[in-house]
Amino acid sequence: MSNILTIFVGMALINNFVLVKFLGLCPFFGVSKKLSNAASMGLAVTFVMFLASAVTWPITHYILAPLEAEFMSTVTYILVIATLVQIMELFIMRTNYGLYSAFGIYLALITTNCAVLGVTLVNARESFSFIESLASALGAGAGFALVLVIMSGIRERLGMSDIPKSMKGLPVAFLVAALLGLAFSGFSGMV
Amino acid sequence: MGKWFKEFAKGLVVSNPIFVLALGLCPSLAVTNSLDNALGMSAAVIFVLLCSNVLVALIRTWVASIVRIPVFIVIIATFVTMVSLTFEAYVPALYESLGIYLPLIVVNCIILGRAEAFASRNRLSLAVADALGMGLGFMLALIIIAVIRETLGSGSLSLFEHVLFSLPVLKEQPVSLFLLPAGAFLVIGLLLAAFRRMGLIKNE
Repeated sequence: MSNILTIFVGMALINNFVLVKFLGLCPFFGVSKKLSNAASMGLAVTFVMFLASAVTWPITHYILAPLEAEFMSTVTYILVIATLVQIMELFIMRTNYGLYSAFGIYLALITTNCAVLGVTLVNARESFSFIESLASALGAGAGFALVLVIMSGIRERLGMSDIPKSMKGLPVAFLVAALLGLAFSGFSGMV
Repeated sequence: MGKWFKEFAKGLVVSNPIFVLALGLCPSLAVTNSLDNALGMSAAVIFVLLCSNVLVALIRTWVASIVRIPVFIVIIATFVTMVSLTFEAYVPALYESLGIYLPLIVVNCIILGRAEAFASRNRLSLAVADALGMGLGFMLALIIIAVIRETLGSGSLSLFEHVLFSLPVLKEQPVSLFLLPAGAFLVIGLLLAAFRRMGLIKNE
Protein backbone atom coordinates (compact mmCIF):
# COMPACT_ATOMS: atom_id res chain seq x y z
CA MET A 1 0.00 0.00 0.00
CA SER A 2 2.77 2.44 0.91
CA ASN A 3 4.37 1.58 -2.40
CA ILE A 4 1.24 2.65 -4.26
CA LEU A 5 1.11 5.90 -2.32
CA THR A 6 4.78 6.58 -3.04
CA ILE A 7 4.20 6.14 -6.76
CA PHE A 8 1.11 8.36 -6.68
CA VAL A 9 2.85 11.20 -4.80
CA GLY A 10 6.00 10.76 -6.84
CA MET A 11 4.15 11.13 -10.13
CA ALA A 12 1.92 13.96 -8.94
CA LEU A 13 4.41 16.20 -7.15
CA ILE A 14 8.05 15.13 -7.27
CA ASN A 15 8.15 14.18 -10.95
CA ASN A 16 5.31 16.46 -11.91
CA PHE A 17 4.66 15.82 -15.60
CA VAL A 18 4.36 19.44 -16.62
CA LEU A 19 6.85 21.28 -14.45
CA VAL A 20 9.55 18.66 -13.98
CA LYS A 21 9.25 16.36 -17.00
CA PHE A 22 7.96 18.94 -19.50
CA LEU A 23 5.19 16.68 -20.75
CA GLY A 24 1.86 18.08 -21.90
CA LEU A 25 3.17 21.60 -22.35
CA CYS A 26 0.95 22.38 -25.34
CA PRO A 27 -2.32 22.12 -23.38
CA PHE A 28 -0.56 23.64 -20.37
CA PHE A 29 0.05 26.86 -22.28
CA GLY A 30 -2.89 26.57 -24.66
CA VAL A 31 -5.77 25.74 -22.33
CA SER A 32 -4.71 27.54 -19.16
CA LYS A 33 -6.28 30.90 -19.95
CA LYS A 34 -9.59 30.12 -18.22
CA LEU A 35 -10.08 28.23 -14.96
CA SER A 36 -13.12 26.21 -16.08
CA ASN A 37 -11.42 25.03 -19.29
CA ALA A 38 -8.33 24.06 -17.34
CA ALA A 39 -10.35 21.96 -14.93
CA SER A 40 -12.16 20.12 -17.78
CA MET A 41 -8.90 19.47 -19.57
CA GLY A 42 -7.25 18.17 -16.40
CA LEU A 43 -10.14 15.80 -15.79
CA ALA A 44 -10.23 14.54 -19.39
CA VAL A 45 -6.47 13.90 -19.45
CA THR A 46 -6.53 12.04 -16.12
CA PHE A 47 -9.35 9.85 -17.40
CA VAL A 48 -7.56 8.99 -20.66
CA MET A 49 -4.29 8.33 -18.81
CA PHE A 50 -6.06 5.92 -16.48
CA LEU A 51 -7.77 4.04 -19.33
CA ALA A 52 -4.62 4.01 -21.47
CA SER A 53 -2.58 2.54 -18.62
CA ALA A 54 -5.25 -0.06 -17.92
CA VAL A 55 -5.32 -1.14 -21.57
CA THR A 56 -1.60 -0.97 -22.42
CA TRP A 57 -0.50 -3.00 -19.38
CA PRO A 58 -2.09 -6.30 -20.50
CA ILE A 59 -0.97 -5.62 -24.08
CA THR A 60 2.63 -5.12 -22.95
CA HIS A 61 2.74 -8.12 -20.62
CA TYR A 62 0.57 -10.67 -22.44
CA ILE A 63 1.13 -9.83 -26.12
CA LEU A 64 4.32 -7.82 -26.70
CA ALA A 65 6.51 -9.49 -24.05
CA PRO A 66 5.81 -13.14 -25.03
CA LEU A 67 6.40 -12.24 -28.69
CA GLU A 68 9.57 -10.34 -27.73
CA ALA A 69 8.20 -7.41 -29.69
CA GLU A 70 8.82 -4.67 -27.13
CA PHE A 71 10.36 -2.53 -29.87
CA MET A 72 6.83 -2.17 -31.22
CA SER A 73 5.62 -0.59 -27.99
CA THR A 74 5.68 3.05 -29.15
CA VAL A 75 3.64 2.26 -32.26
CA THR A 76 1.23 0.10 -30.27
CA TYR A 77 0.72 2.63 -27.47
CA ILE A 78 -0.02 5.53 -29.79
CA LEU A 79 -2.57 3.43 -31.70
CA VAL A 80 -4.20 2.33 -28.45
CA ILE A 81 -4.42 5.91 -27.22
CA ALA A 82 -5.83 7.21 -30.52
CA THR A 83 -8.46 4.47 -30.60
CA LEU A 84 -9.33 4.94 -26.95
CA VAL A 85 -9.82 8.66 -27.33
CA GLN A 86 -12.05 8.12 -30.36
CA ILE A 87 -14.18 5.50 -28.58
CA MET A 88 -14.45 7.63 -25.49
CA GLU A 89 -15.52 10.61 -27.55
CA LEU A 90 -18.33 8.60 -29.17
CA PHE A 91 -19.36 7.05 -25.86
CA ILE A 92 -19.54 10.33 -23.97
CA MET A 93 -21.35 12.00 -26.88
CA ARG A 94 -24.08 9.34 -26.82
CA THR A 95 -24.46 8.97 -23.08
CA ASN A 96 -23.79 12.35 -21.52
CA TYR A 97 -24.04 15.24 -23.92
CA GLY A 98 -23.51 17.84 -21.19
CA LEU A 99 -20.12 16.37 -20.33
CA TYR A 100 -19.30 16.03 -24.03
CA SER A 101 -19.83 19.70 -24.71
CA ALA A 102 -17.93 20.56 -21.52
CA PHE A 103 -14.88 18.67 -22.82
CA GLY A 104 -15.30 20.26 -26.26
CA ILE A 105 -12.37 19.81 -28.60
CA TYR A 106 -9.99 18.96 -25.78
CA LEU A 107 -10.90 15.31 -25.98
CA ALA A 108 -9.70 15.02 -29.57
CA LEU A 109 -6.56 16.97 -28.76
CA ILE A 110 -5.57 14.47 -26.08
CA THR A 111 -4.34 11.98 -28.70
CA THR A 112 -1.31 14.15 -29.38
CA ASN A 113 -0.82 15.07 -25.74
CA CYS A 114 2.61 13.74 -24.91
CA ALA A 115 1.68 13.33 -21.25
CA VAL A 116 -0.62 10.41 -22.08
CA LEU A 117 1.94 8.56 -24.18
CA GLY A 118 4.50 9.57 -21.55
CA VAL A 119 2.70 7.83 -18.71
CA THR A 120 2.38 4.56 -20.66
CA LEU A 121 6.09 4.71 -21.56
CA VAL A 122 7.08 5.42 -17.93
CA ASN A 123 4.93 2.50 -16.74
CA ALA A 124 6.69 0.19 -19.19
CA ARG A 125 10.18 1.49 -18.38
CA GLU A 126 9.73 1.21 -14.61
CA SER A 127 8.09 -2.22 -15.12
CA PHE A 128 5.23 -1.33 -12.80
CA SER A 129 2.65 -3.95 -11.84
CA PHE A 130 -0.95 -3.46 -12.99
CA ILE A 131 -2.04 -1.68 -9.80
CA GLU A 132 1.15 0.40 -9.74
CA SER A 133 0.50 1.47 -13.34
CA LEU A 134 -2.96 2.66 -12.42
CA ALA A 135 -1.59 4.56 -9.42
CA SER A 136 1.06 6.18 -11.58
CA ALA A 137 -1.56 7.18 -14.16
CA LEU A 138 -3.79 8.72 -11.50
CA GLY A 139 -0.81 10.50 -9.93
CA ALA A 140 0.39 11.89 -13.25
CA GLY A 141 -3.15 13.02 -14.10
CA ALA A 142 -3.68 14.63 -10.70
CA GLY A 143 -0.36 16.47 -10.97
CA PHE A 144 -1.22 17.65 -14.49
CA ALA A 145 -4.67 18.87 -13.41
CA LEU A 146 -3.22 20.57 -10.33
CA VAL A 147 -0.66 22.70 -12.16
CA LEU A 148 -3.13 23.43 -14.98
CA VAL A 149 -5.61 24.83 -12.45
CA ILE A 150 -2.92 26.80 -10.56
CA MET A 151 -1.60 28.20 -13.83
CA SER A 152 -5.04 29.24 -15.08
CA GLY A 153 -5.75 31.02 -11.80
CA ILE A 154 -2.51 32.98 -12.15
CA ARG A 155 -3.15 33.76 -15.80
CA GLU A 156 -6.63 35.07 -15.10
CA ARG A 157 -5.01 37.55 -12.71
CA LEU A 158 -2.21 38.31 -15.18
CA GLY A 159 -4.82 39.31 -17.75
CA MET A 160 -5.66 42.31 -15.60
CA SER A 161 -2.11 43.46 -14.98
CA ASP A 162 0.06 45.78 -17.03
CA ILE A 163 2.70 43.68 -18.75
CA PRO A 164 5.38 45.05 -21.14
CA LYS A 165 4.31 44.53 -24.74
CA SER A 166 7.04 42.07 -25.69
CA MET A 167 6.38 39.96 -22.57
CA LYS A 168 2.65 39.55 -23.16
CA GLY A 169 1.20 36.10 -23.71
CA LEU A 170 3.64 33.23 -24.02
CA PRO A 171 6.84 34.80 -22.58
CA VAL A 172 5.23 35.79 -19.30
CA ALA A 173 3.50 32.41 -19.11
CA PHE A 174 6.95 30.79 -19.35
CA LEU A 175 8.24 32.97 -16.51
CA VAL A 176 5.25 32.01 -14.36
CA ALA A 177 5.97 28.36 -15.18
CA ALA A 178 9.60 28.92 -14.13
CA LEU A 179 8.52 30.20 -10.71
CA LEU A 180 6.04 27.34 -10.32
CA GLY A 181 8.77 24.90 -11.34
CA LEU A 182 11.09 26.36 -8.73
CA ALA A 183 8.38 25.84 -6.11
CA PHE A 184 7.84 22.25 -7.26
CA SER A 185 11.57 21.51 -7.17
CA GLY A 186 11.16 21.84 -3.39
CA PHE A 187 9.38 18.46 -3.50
CA SER A 188 12.43 16.67 -4.91
CA GLY A 189 13.94 14.15 -2.56
CA MET A 190 10.75 13.95 -0.51
CA VAL A 191 10.29 10.19 -1.02
CA MET B 1 14.33 26.95 -57.27
CA GLY B 2 13.22 30.28 -55.77
CA LYS B 3 10.13 28.66 -54.31
CA TRP B 4 12.15 25.74 -52.97
CA PHE B 5 14.47 28.09 -51.16
CA LYS B 6 11.57 30.12 -49.81
CA GLU B 7 9.96 27.02 -48.26
CA PHE B 8 13.35 26.04 -46.84
CA ALA B 9 14.18 29.42 -45.35
CA LYS B 10 10.83 30.05 -43.64
CA GLY B 11 11.47 27.41 -40.96
CA LEU B 12 14.72 29.00 -39.87
CA VAL B 13 13.43 32.36 -38.61
CA VAL B 14 10.05 33.57 -39.87
CA SER B 15 8.12 30.45 -38.81
CA ASN B 16 10.67 28.96 -36.47
CA PRO B 17 8.88 25.95 -34.94
CA ILE B 18 9.95 26.67 -31.36
CA PHE B 19 10.05 30.44 -31.04
CA VAL B 20 7.27 31.44 -33.42
CA LEU B 21 4.89 28.52 -33.76
CA ALA B 22 5.53 27.29 -30.17
CA LEU B 23 5.31 23.69 -31.37
CA GLY B 24 7.32 20.82 -29.99
CA LEU B 25 8.08 22.59 -26.74
CA CYS B 26 8.36 19.47 -24.61
CA PRO B 27 11.63 18.15 -26.07
CA SER B 28 13.10 21.62 -26.47
CA LEU B 29 12.85 22.16 -22.73
CA ALA B 30 13.60 18.66 -21.56
CA VAL B 31 16.76 17.85 -23.52
CA THR B 32 18.45 21.25 -23.58
CA ASN B 33 20.31 20.74 -20.30
CA SER B 34 23.36 19.87 -22.39
CA LEU B 35 24.50 20.63 -25.93
CA ASP B 36 25.09 16.93 -26.69
CA ASN B 37 21.50 16.03 -25.84
CA ALA B 38 20.17 18.96 -27.87
CA LEU B 39 22.18 17.89 -30.93
CA GLY B 40 21.15 14.23 -30.58
CA MET B 41 17.50 15.18 -30.27
CA SER B 42 17.71 17.54 -33.26
CA ALA B 43 19.33 14.85 -35.40
CA ALA B 44 16.54 12.43 -34.52
CA VAL B 45 13.83 15.00 -35.19
CA ILE B 46 15.35 16.07 -38.54
CA PHE B 47 15.53 12.44 -39.68
CA VAL B 48 11.95 11.65 -38.67
CA LEU B 49 10.62 14.92 -40.09
CA LEU B 50 12.39 14.42 -43.41
CA CYS B 51 11.36 10.78 -43.83
CA SER B 52 7.75 11.34 -42.80
CA ASN B 53 7.38 14.42 -45.00
CA VAL B 54 8.80 12.51 -47.98
CA LEU B 55 6.56 9.49 -47.45
CA VAL B 56 3.46 11.58 -46.79
CA ALA B 57 4.08 13.67 -49.93
CA LEU B 58 4.52 10.48 -51.96
CA ILE B 59 1.33 8.78 -50.80
CA ARG B 60 -0.78 11.92 -50.40
CA THR B 61 -3.05 11.19 -53.36
CA TRP B 62 -3.86 7.63 -52.22
CA VAL B 63 -4.80 8.26 -48.60
CA ALA B 64 -8.48 8.97 -47.94
CA SER B 65 -8.79 12.15 -45.96
CA ILE B 66 -10.80 10.68 -43.05
CA VAL B 67 -8.05 8.19 -42.18
CA ARG B 68 -5.11 10.46 -42.89
CA ILE B 69 -4.26 11.33 -39.27
CA PRO B 70 -3.96 7.69 -38.09
CA VAL B 71 -1.94 6.90 -41.23
CA PHE B 72 0.43 9.81 -40.55
CA ILE B 73 0.82 8.78 -36.91
CA VAL B 74 1.73 5.22 -37.85
CA ILE B 75 4.24 6.46 -40.44
CA ILE B 76 5.83 8.78 -37.86
CA ALA B 77 5.86 6.11 -35.14
CA THR B 78 7.64 3.71 -37.52
CA PHE B 79 10.43 6.18 -38.26
CA VAL B 80 10.73 7.05 -34.57
CA THR B 81 11.14 3.36 -33.74
CA MET B 82 13.88 3.13 -36.39
CA VAL B 83 15.71 6.10 -34.89
CA SER B 84 15.47 4.80 -31.36
CA LEU B 85 16.76 1.35 -32.32
CA THR B 86 19.65 2.98 -34.22
CA PHE B 87 20.52 5.22 -31.26
CA GLU B 88 20.34 2.28 -28.87
CA ALA B 89 22.78 0.32 -31.02
CA TYR B 90 25.33 2.99 -31.96
CA VAL B 91 25.16 5.77 -29.32
CA PRO B 92 23.91 4.02 -26.16
CA ALA B 93 25.00 6.86 -23.85
CA LEU B 94 22.93 9.39 -25.79
CA TYR B 95 20.04 6.92 -25.94
CA GLU B 96 20.10 6.63 -22.13
CA SER B 97 20.20 10.36 -21.50
CA LEU B 98 17.39 11.14 -23.96
CA GLY B 99 15.25 8.54 -22.16
CA ILE B 100 11.54 8.64 -22.90
CA TYR B 101 11.91 11.84 -24.93
CA LEU B 102 13.15 9.79 -27.89
CA PRO B 103 9.96 7.70 -28.31
CA LEU B 104 7.97 10.83 -27.49
CA ILE B 105 9.02 12.33 -30.85
CA VAL B 106 5.91 10.49 -32.11
CA VAL B 107 3.67 13.06 -30.48
CA ASN B 108 5.91 16.02 -31.27
CA CYS B 109 3.46 18.45 -32.80
CA ILE B 110 6.00 19.76 -35.33
CA ILE B 111 6.15 16.47 -37.19
CA LEU B 112 2.43 15.70 -37.36
CA GLY B 113 1.80 19.39 -37.97
CA ARG B 114 4.10 19.54 -41.00
CA ALA B 115 2.74 16.26 -42.38
CA GLU B 116 -0.82 17.54 -42.10
CA ALA B 117 -0.33 21.20 -43.00
CA PHE B 118 2.37 20.93 -45.64
CA ALA B 119 3.49 17.53 -46.93
CA SER B 120 -0.03 16.26 -47.59
CA ARG B 121 -0.70 19.25 -49.87
CA ASN B 122 2.55 19.82 -51.70
CA ARG B 123 4.84 18.02 -54.11
CA LEU B 124 7.85 16.04 -52.96
CA SER B 125 10.60 18.60 -53.57
CA LEU B 126 8.78 21.28 -51.56
CA ALA B 127 8.02 18.80 -48.77
CA VAL B 128 11.77 18.07 -48.54
CA ALA B 129 12.54 21.80 -48.37
CA ASP B 130 9.92 22.29 -45.68
CA ALA B 131 11.23 19.38 -43.59
CA LEU B 132 14.85 20.53 -43.83
CA GLY B 133 13.97 24.13 -43.00
CA MET B 134 11.74 23.26 -40.07
CA GLY B 135 14.24 20.67 -38.83
CA LEU B 136 17.16 23.08 -38.95
CA GLY B 137 15.03 25.80 -37.34
CA PHE B 138 14.24 23.38 -34.52
CA MET B 139 17.93 22.54 -34.20
CA LEU B 140 18.93 26.21 -34.16
CA ALA B 141 16.46 26.94 -31.35
CA LEU B 142 17.62 23.93 -29.34
CA ILE B 143 21.28 24.87 -29.74
CA ILE B 144 20.65 28.46 -28.56
CA ILE B 145 18.76 27.26 -25.47
CA ALA B 146 21.23 24.48 -24.69
CA VAL B 147 24.31 26.71 -25.02
CA ILE B 148 22.83 29.22 -22.56
CA ARG B 149 21.69 26.57 -20.10
CA GLU B 150 24.87 24.50 -20.15
CA THR B 151 27.21 27.52 -19.98
CA LEU B 152 25.45 29.16 -17.05
CA GLY B 153 24.42 25.94 -15.34
CA SER B 154 27.79 24.21 -15.32
CA GLY B 155 30.23 27.02 -16.10
CA SER B 156 31.59 25.37 -19.21
CA LEU B 157 30.48 24.14 -22.60
CA SER B 158 31.48 20.77 -23.97
CA LEU B 159 30.75 18.94 -27.18
CA PHE B 160 30.97 15.13 -27.13
CA GLU B 161 33.37 15.09 -24.13
CA HIS B 162 35.51 17.78 -25.72
CA VAL B 163 35.51 20.97 -23.60
CA LEU B 164 34.96 24.00 -25.84
CA PHE B 165 35.51 26.64 -23.15
CA SER B 166 35.06 27.12 -19.44
CA LEU B 167 34.35 30.31 -17.57
CA PRO B 168 36.63 31.30 -14.66
CA VAL B 169 34.19 32.15 -11.85
CA LEU B 170 31.13 30.23 -13.02
CA LYS B 171 33.13 26.99 -13.14
CA GLU B 172 33.53 27.02 -9.34
CA GLN B 173 30.12 28.54 -8.64
CA PRO B 174 27.76 27.43 -11.41
CA VAL B 175 24.18 28.69 -11.35
CA SER B 176 22.65 25.24 -11.15
CA LEU B 177 19.16 26.78 -11.43
CA PHE B 178 19.70 26.74 -15.19
CA LEU B 179 20.06 22.97 -15.23
CA LEU B 180 16.83 22.58 -13.24
CA PRO B 181 13.50 22.38 -15.09
CA ALA B 182 12.68 25.89 -13.82
CA GLY B 183 15.78 27.22 -15.60
CA ALA B 184 14.49 25.88 -18.91
CA PHE B 185 11.24 27.80 -18.59
CA LEU B 186 13.13 30.92 -17.54
CA VAL B 187 15.57 30.82 -20.47
CA ILE B 188 12.95 30.19 -23.16
CA GLY B 189 10.62 32.85 -21.71
CA LEU B 190 13.33 35.50 -21.65
CA LEU B 191 14.58 34.51 -25.12
CA LEU B 192 11.06 34.83 -26.54
CA ALA B 193 10.64 38.27 -24.96
CA ALA B 194 14.07 39.37 -26.22
CA PHE B 195 13.32 38.20 -29.80
CA ARG B 196 10.04 40.11 -29.74
CA ARG B 197 11.75 43.20 -28.40
CA MET B 198 14.36 42.99 -31.18
CA GLY B 199 11.57 42.65 -33.71
CA LEU B 200 12.58 39.18 -34.92
CA ILE B 201 9.16 37.86 -33.90
CA LYS B 202 5.87 39.71 -33.96
CA ASN B 203 4.16 40.66 -30.69
CA GLU B 204 0.86 38.98 -29.89
